[in-house]
Formats: sequence, structure tokens, C-alpha cells
Amino acid sequence: MEQSLLETKGRIFNIQRFSIHDGPGVRTIVFLKGCPLRCRWCCNPESQDWKPETMVTAGVSKTVGKDVTVEEVLREIERDRIYYRRSGHGGVTLSGGECLWQPDFSAALLRVCREVGISTAIETTGYADMDVIRKLLPYVDTVLMDIKHTNREKHKEFTTRDNELILENAKHIAKEAADLIIRTPVIPTFNATEEEIRSIAEFAKSLDGVEEMHLLPYHRIGSDKYAGLGRTYTMAHIQVPEKETMQKLLNVVQDVGLRAKIGG
Amino acid sequence: MVRMKFYTEPIAKSPRIAKLVDALFEKMPQIEADRAVLLTESYKSTEGEPIITRRAKAFRHILENIPITIRDNELIVGSATKAPRGCQVFPEYSFEWLEAEFDTVEKRTADPFYISEETKQTLSQVYKYWKGKTTSELATSYMSEEAKLAIEHGMFTPGNYFYNGIGHVTVDYPKVLAVGYAGIKKEAEDALAALSRGDADFAKRSHFLQAVIISCDAVVRYARRYSELAASMAKTTSDVRRRKELEDIAAVCREVPEYGARSFREACQSFWFVQMLLQVESSGHSISPGRFDQYMYPYYKKDLDEGKITREEAQELMDCIWVKLNDLNKVRDAASAEGFAGYSLFQNLITGGQDQYGKDATNDLSFMCITATEHVFLPQPSFSVRVWNGTPHEFLIRAGELTRTGIGLPAYYNDEVIIPALQSRGLTLAEARDYNIIGCVEPQKAAMTDGWHDAAFFNMCRPLELVFSNGRDKGVQLGPRTGEVESMRSYEEFEQAYRAQMNYFIELLVNADNAIDVAHGERCPLPFQSCMVNDCIARGKSLQEGGAVYNFTGPQGFGIANVADGMYAIKKLVFEQKKYTLGFIKKALEDNYGADMDGNMAAKLTQQVAASVVAAGKELTAEDIKTVYLTIRANKASDEDKAKYAQLLADIAAISKFGNDDDEVDAFAREMAYTYTKPLETYRNPRGGIYQAGLYPVSANVPLGAQTGATPDGRLAYTPVADGVSPAAGRDLKGPTAAANSVSRLDHFIASNGTLFNMKFHPSALEGRSGLESFVALVRGYFDQKGSHIQFNVVSRETLRDAQKHPEKYKSLVVRVAGYSALFTTLSRGLQEDIINRTEQQGF
Repeated sequence: MEQSLLETKGRIFNIQRFSIHDGPGVRTIVFLKGCPLRCRWCCNPESQDWKPETMVTAGVSKTVGKDVTVEEVLREIERDRIYYRRSGHGGVTLSGGECLWQPDFSAALLRVCREVGISTAIETTGYADMDVIRKLLPYVDTVLMDIKHTNREKHKEFTTRDNELILENAKHIAKEAADLIIRTPVIPTFNATEEEIRSIAEFAKSLDGVEEMHLLPYHRIGSDKYAGLGRTYTMAHIQVPEKETMQKLLNVVQDVGLRAKIGG
Repeated sequence: MVRMKFYTEPIAKSPRIAKLVDALFEKMPQIEADRAVLLTESYKSTEGEPIITRRAKAFRHILENIPITIRDNELIVGSATKAPRGCQVFPEYSFEWLEAEFDTVEKRTADPFYISEETKQTLSQVYKYWKGKTTSELATSYMSEEAKLAIEHGMFTPGNYFYNGIGHVTVDYPKVLAVGYAGIKKEAEDALAALSRGDADFAKRSHFLQAVIISCDAVVRYARRYSELAASMAKTTSDVRRRKELEDIAAVCREVPEYGARSFREACQSFWFVQMLLQVESSGHSISPGRFDQYMYPYYKKDLDEGKITREEAQELMDCIWVKLNDLNKVRDAASAEGFAGYSLFQNLITGGQDQYGKDATNDLSFMCITATEHVFLPQPSFSVRVWNGTPHEFLIRAGELTRTGIGLPAYYNDEVIIPALQSRGLTLAEARDYNIIGCVEPQKAAMTDGWHDAAFFNMCRPLELVFSNGRDKGVQLGPRTGEVESMRSYEEFEQAYRAQMNYFIELLVNADNAIDVAHGERCPLPFQSCMVNDCIARGKSLQEGGAVYNFTGPQGFGIANVADGMYAIKKLVFEQKKYTLGFIKKALEDNYGADMDGNMAAKLTQQVAASVVAAGKELTAEDIKTVYLTIRANKASDEDKAKYAQLLADIAAISKFGNDDDEVDAFAREMAYTYTKPLETYRNPRGGIYQAGLYPVSANVPLGAQTGATPDGRLAYTPVADGVSPAAGRDLKGPTAAANSVSRLDHFIASNGTLFNMKFHPSALEGRSGLESFVALVRGYFDQKGSHIQFNVVSRETLRDAQKHPEKYKSLVVRVAGYSALFTTLSRGLQEDIINRTEQQGF
């Protein structure tokens, strides 16, 4: 293995083991710091800014964001290899933040994982130059990509970026990636209607080889973090979608002809 | 659905089972005096005869005269008490504690029992006879003064076998099913005939074999009584269906257990007589059915193939047995009741695993045992599953479904550790492969072993306390003088002091256990139990006198996580970083880190103070009591010291802890566990066997934690110590895989009396098929790394809190305590808190 790959540096804010909702099997998720989008519902607001910052959790201040080498992260990933194997398809998932924001680090990490036989996945907004994405794709087994909305203005209003680049990239990724699963956070007032989900599902269905879509119901688990970062949570008035609503939306996706599930 | 190797289609629960379960819980459990009265009558009439003969005659007298009852809706019959979940008492072991608790046993927090005034009077009469004749009194005379003092100071407690019978055995069920007691009696008669009157040991052997014969006849006659009762009830019932059922019961009990079982139904009834009568002969618990799915399968398969039984009928019979296992009960002294909380009898029934040839033995009954546990949904049997590389995936998924219900069952055991561990204790490969679990987590080979598995609780934190006091405790020089900590110059010196304290108290623990062991051999040999364990008949010797092929004594240590974390913190903070002196740590521990006393403990002490004031004839207002409580509770350290202690606690917290997949601290914990496991295995017991350590606490980590001062891992005084080999509560912060990796780094092979790893899951982690798949991967992954045992509580913190507030709504909420499950609302507050505080793992 090339030493330079192992020495590649990146910035992460968490490594979470025994993750069972982001990709197949038991996985370790590496959360990278820095994201081009600012989604209002984001449950990891500490992931957004590239700069390390201070967050107060249960009265204790902690620095969020740490510079690490691929080797350091790999060592942590290796610790659960036995569980990846026992769960069939487990492995590592790069999440964030946005792994495409640190393409050299992400590509190096994915590549060494592949070389040592650990299955790889990324969870991404798809918001980057396609050439950047192509640096990673050869080393990724499963791409979990968000399509949050098909309407450009609404997308921009809620995430601060428009969706043209994302939708365009999705078409390429579908062709070039080993496996692409579309994921949609279901956010009341943003996209939680049958029409909007249908539109996303139809787009997903139109992509080459895409067969599966996950609906991720809005939750408030991250809401306290905003206060911990000295920021305002603007979604406090939003209700978590009802089970029945989610079931209806699930049926919509299935109608379109995709395998669908609620949650990852 | 693809038809796999096994029949796994769900079987509905029959309405009978719901009725039987409801009937169990109609009343509070009660104490009955019949056995004690009959036992005493018999003993009075056999004075001067050999003890083994007296035991057999007493057993016979009890079985001939004890009231018998067939409860409504029962198909499997045989009850040790008139009332469901009642208990008999066993004055031959000990009685003073019960007499002292006559007026409190109904009100105590852990495992209360109703006792009528009449029963109290009867027992008081009976007890007059027993003064000076019990095993506990004899054990006390045999025990060294030092051991008694150590027990008094809470260094360890051998109370289980001191006050009660031994139990902790799996007898030869398959043999009874095959040849009945007629067959066993024949074996004893043949052995007797083969003796020469000139043999040196003729006297003992012949009397033992005659005692076996008396016991076999007694059991057969007892079953006949049930047959006659069923027949007479059949004549008077107007319900046609019930009449047929009673006639069947009468026919079955005429046949078994005298002769071999000819059907699954007879096998079930025969099994039950064995299981129940073992618990009438002696009060020993953990009478474990063992590999039920293996020895019952041939009877099931034959009947099924011949069209004599349906799956549904077989399931209902099994469910009936599961109910009966919850009908038995045992009253323990108040202190032991806290250590074994939840009315548990630890009847461990295990399924799956390898056969003696190393092939997988899972069968359809293995699955039906899971279904029975779901149907009955009560703490007994302590249901277990054996796991190895060849365990069918679908079987583990099905077991995961049971785990997901939150009942805390099954417990999972690893063949890949236990088989070689047992071989290292002298078992053959074939024997080791056929192991089952006794009680909580203790492995052994059925029908060949007297394991003495729950021989004592040893609190590993207490010797550490004594290092800081140079062996003194409450004004007494209790342990060896290992030097004042202020003068210790290296970590090695400190660790040596700890080892010296450990070695000393381990020696005393052995002294106490061996004293008790001899007492049981001399005063309570058990001919009935012994006739079903090899090689008692061939050797002409009871189990209690060393008649088994394999003899062990297995006392269990607990609190490893506290000792490891504490020693590691001292190594780092005192000797490497040089931030603190041992003198300062000592002061911090004495001052309990400046923290107020644990609320439960303060309340207990307040009660004691209040009681003594009232006893002195003074009055107390609620306000007075509050003042006493606050004074007891408040910490008296100065503010300046408190600030320093706060810094110390923060520094301790920053040091890596066991349970977070840190190689260095985990290796350290492994070494610390050896301070208990290695010295112990050098000792021998009076039955000719060796000592082997267990690392599990049952539920004693709570009451014994309440006798333990602050420890250098930052644990406050009187709070629970860590249970089993689990990380200290709330200190494993990196998720379940990290905790499992850490725990697997301990040596589970040397702890061949069993290790216990508790994990608590939020229900969301096991949702859906993918949740189950991940769960199974976790179990497999832990076992790949040579962990021995793992068990789960799957219930949310919110649910448990709500159950504390509204116990009436949660009467049937079963949780995993230690090596067993119990009804949550029957547990003491302290134990409830301990379960709530265990780290709750989630799938992220």
C-alpha cells in the first residue's frame, strides 16, 4: 500500500461504530467536516463549517473537528472488521458533512479500505464537480445519494444551493457507480407531499440502474446541537411526520416501481 | 416461503396456557410448613441410623404424606406446594434466619413471602428439634475464625450454600426417561449384590445403595398418588373434556416415572417429576434441565412420525412444563434474597449447539423451546442458546426475535470457548461438546458433575480498599499488613500489595467453602439426586461425598471493571503523570470524593438510627427524620478539599476506561482478572476436585456494592460495583462493538465457571429483519473473539422509569438481571436503578 495514501490528511468530527442504518450490514461511519449545503433540517449542524468549532453538549464544551490521517481512521475502521464480515456486507460509510468536499482524503481512505477488503459506501449530496466525484467512484461499492427535491427554487430556499448540478451528476453517477441508492429526507413544509415525493421517485426511476430509494423521516435529534453551537434552529415548529404519512409516501415510491423503505 | 431445514411456522398459544399463567399470579407466594413437619417427624424416628439412611427415609416419609394437588387446567402434574409459587422450607440446612424474619418476610423489598400465623407456630415447634443439627451450624464449627471475620466484614459471602442446599446440578434425565426408577433401582440392587460383606467400605456403600432403592420406591409411590388423585377427580368432574384429561393424567402417572417413557407425553411428565422432586429433596437451586431439546427430541420425533401427536399438542405440553417451572419457589434470607433477587430458581434449559461428535444438534424442538418461552413469557426456565460456527443462521434470527421482546432471554453461550475451557479442566472432547449451563452461566457436563457452581461471591473491590488502609477495616486488622500507601514508591509495589490482599482473602474464601462442603457431606447427603449422577451408584457414594466423576468448586468474583479502571488510573495519575500522591487518593476515597452519600444508603442508615431511637422509647417527628437523613447524607469535607476532589474526578474521568476497545487498558483488565482467577485454581475441595473461578455477580453487585467504600476508578461509596465482566455502568461510550471487543480481551477460558456480559439495547436497535441481522452479527462477532457469554436487556429507559412509577401496569415486565431474568417490579429499588443505569446501546 502506498505510504502517501496512508498519510493523506483530512478533517473529521466523529467516527461512529455499529451503525446499522447507513448502508448494508454493520458499518462504521466516518463523519467528515465541511459541507457546501446548509439544509435547514440538518441533524449534524456541527458538520457544516470547515473550521473546527466549539459545541456545548449537556453543559460540557467540546471542540468539534479534528485533523487526521487516512492511517489513523483506517485503524479505527479495522476494529470492527469482524462485525462487517458477520453481517454479510458491512463496512465503512463516509458521511458528513460532505465527503466530496475533501476528495483527496476521501478517495485515499476509500481506496485503502478497498485494498484491505473492507466494503465501502458514501453518503453524499452529490454537490461537486463531476470530475471530483470521479476521483472517488472507482473505490465505492454503494453510493447513497440524496435527492431532496426536483424543484430548483424550493431546493435552493431550503438548502441554499440549487439542484441543477445535483440532478445532472445523479445521471452520471447512476451510469458509472457500482450501485446507487437514492435517499430523500422527508421534511414537512419542504417535500412531504405525495406529489413532491412522486416527482423525486420518478426522477430516481429514470436513472440508469437505480432500483432502490430510502425515505428518511424528519427527526429532531440534532436540534439541541444548534443551541450548543450558538445558532438558531429554524425548524422548531415542524412536526415529525406521522407513521401513516410515511406509509403513504412509501406506497407512492413503490407505485413508481422502485424498491423502497423507510429509514436506511 | 422456502421450506428450510426446520419447521419454524408459528404455533398459536393455547387458551389453557394463558389460564395457567394467570392462576400462578393470583396470590402472593406463600410459605408452607408440610415438608418441614414431615422431615422432622422422620428424623425423630431414625435417630442413631446412618445419615444416608435417615435422608432416604425422610424423603420417603415426605413423599408419602405431603399434600398433593392437581391445579385447574393442568396437563403436567406434580406440585411441591398447595398454593402456586409457594415454597417449602428446609430446616436441615438452616432455620434461624427465617424464624428471625417471621414478621418481616412479608414486607421486605426483595422477594417477599406471605406466612400465616399458623405456619409460624408450626415452624417454631419444628425448629426446636433442629437446634445444633443443621449444615450451617456444622459449617460454622469447621470454619476458621479468620474466615468468619472476613465474611462478617463483607469481603466475600458464601451464604448461598451456608444457608441452603447445593443444587446446581443437571442429572441424568435421559436415563430416567429411558429406564425409569425401576431401572435405576435395578442398577442399585445389582451393585449391592456385587458387594462383598468383607469390603472395607461395605458399610457406607451398602447403606448408600439401600438409600437409593428407598428413594426410587418413594418417587414411584408418589407418582401413584397423583395417578389415584387424577382418577378420583375424573370420577367427580362433570366437564367431559376435563374428565378425559384427568383420565389421561391418571394413566400417565401409573406408568412414569417408574418405567421408561413410551410417548412424548409420558416423557414430559416423567421429566417434570424428576425436576420437581429434586427441589423437594433439597433446597438447592439451579436444578438445570440442560439440553432438553436433545433428550426430548427422540420421543417427539417418534410420536410425530407415527401420527400420535401434532406439533400443536407437543407445544402445549412443553408450554405446560414452562409454566410448572415457574410454580416452584424458594425463600431465602433477606441478604441472599437481594443477591438472587426476583424469586429466581435459575433452572437453566439450553438448546442448540454441537453434539458429542462436533456436528450441529439444533432440531425442531430447539425452535419450539423458543416458542414456549414466548408463549409463557415468564422468567423460568432460564432459557439459553448454544452458539458455534455451525449454528444455523435462522436459529439465531429466531432467538433474536425472542431477545427483541425484552424478556432478557435467551442468554447466548459460545461453544468455541466453553468446550476447550472444559477440556482444560479434564473433560474429554466428547463430554465437553455435550455441555450445558447450570444456573446463570456455569458450564458443565450433565450427569457427571458436582460443580458447586455458585460457591460464593467475592467482591474484588474490597481488597483494594484494604490496600489503602494497610489491611485494617472498621477498627480491626482484617487483612495482612501490606504497608502504608504513603510509603509506596512504585506502581509495582502498590500492585503487589493488592495481590497480597487478594491472595489472603482467596485463601479464606476457600477455607469457608471447604468447611461448608464437609458439612453437607456429613449432614445432608442426597440419595435421590445422587442416583442420577455418575458414578455415584458405581462408587457407592453420594454426590455430596464426592460421588461424581467431576467435582469442582466455583466461587465467582465481580467488580473487575472497577478494579481495572481504578488500578489503571492510579498507575497513570500517581506513578506516570505524578499528578497526585497515593496519600491524597486515600484521603479522597475516605472522603468519598466530597460527594454526598448515595441516597439509598443514607435512607437505610436513617432507618436504622430512627429504629434505635424509637426502640429507646423516644418519639421522632418527620422533621427530625429529615434532619437525620440530611446530616447522614451530607459530605463533611471542606470546600477546598471538595474542589480538589472535583479535579481528581475529572482527571480520573479523562483516563481511558475498560469497555472502550482500548488495547492497553483492556490488557490491564485481563491481568487484573487474573489476580482472582489464577490463585483460585491452585486450591482443592474435599470432594477431590479443584477450584475454578467464575466472573459474574448474579445480582450481588448491588447489595455488596452497598458495603463497599469509594474506589479509585471514581466510583462513589455504597453504589453498585460493575456486574460480571461488563464495563462499569455508563463508562462504555463507543457503542456495543467496542464494549464487546474489550470484554472479549479478558481470559474467558480460565474463568471456566462462567463469565457474564450484560448488554442493554434500546428496542429501536433490533427493529426489522435488518436489526435482527445486525444483532446476530454482534453476537457472532463477540464470539469470534472468544467471549463466553452475552445477554441482553431490550427495554427502553423510559419504560423502566414508568414501571417504577406505575408497577401495577407492569406486573409482567421481565428483565434480565444477571444470569437470569426476573419480574422487574419484584426487584429492590437499588437493583432496579442498577439495571436502568447500565449503558444503553443503540444502533446508529
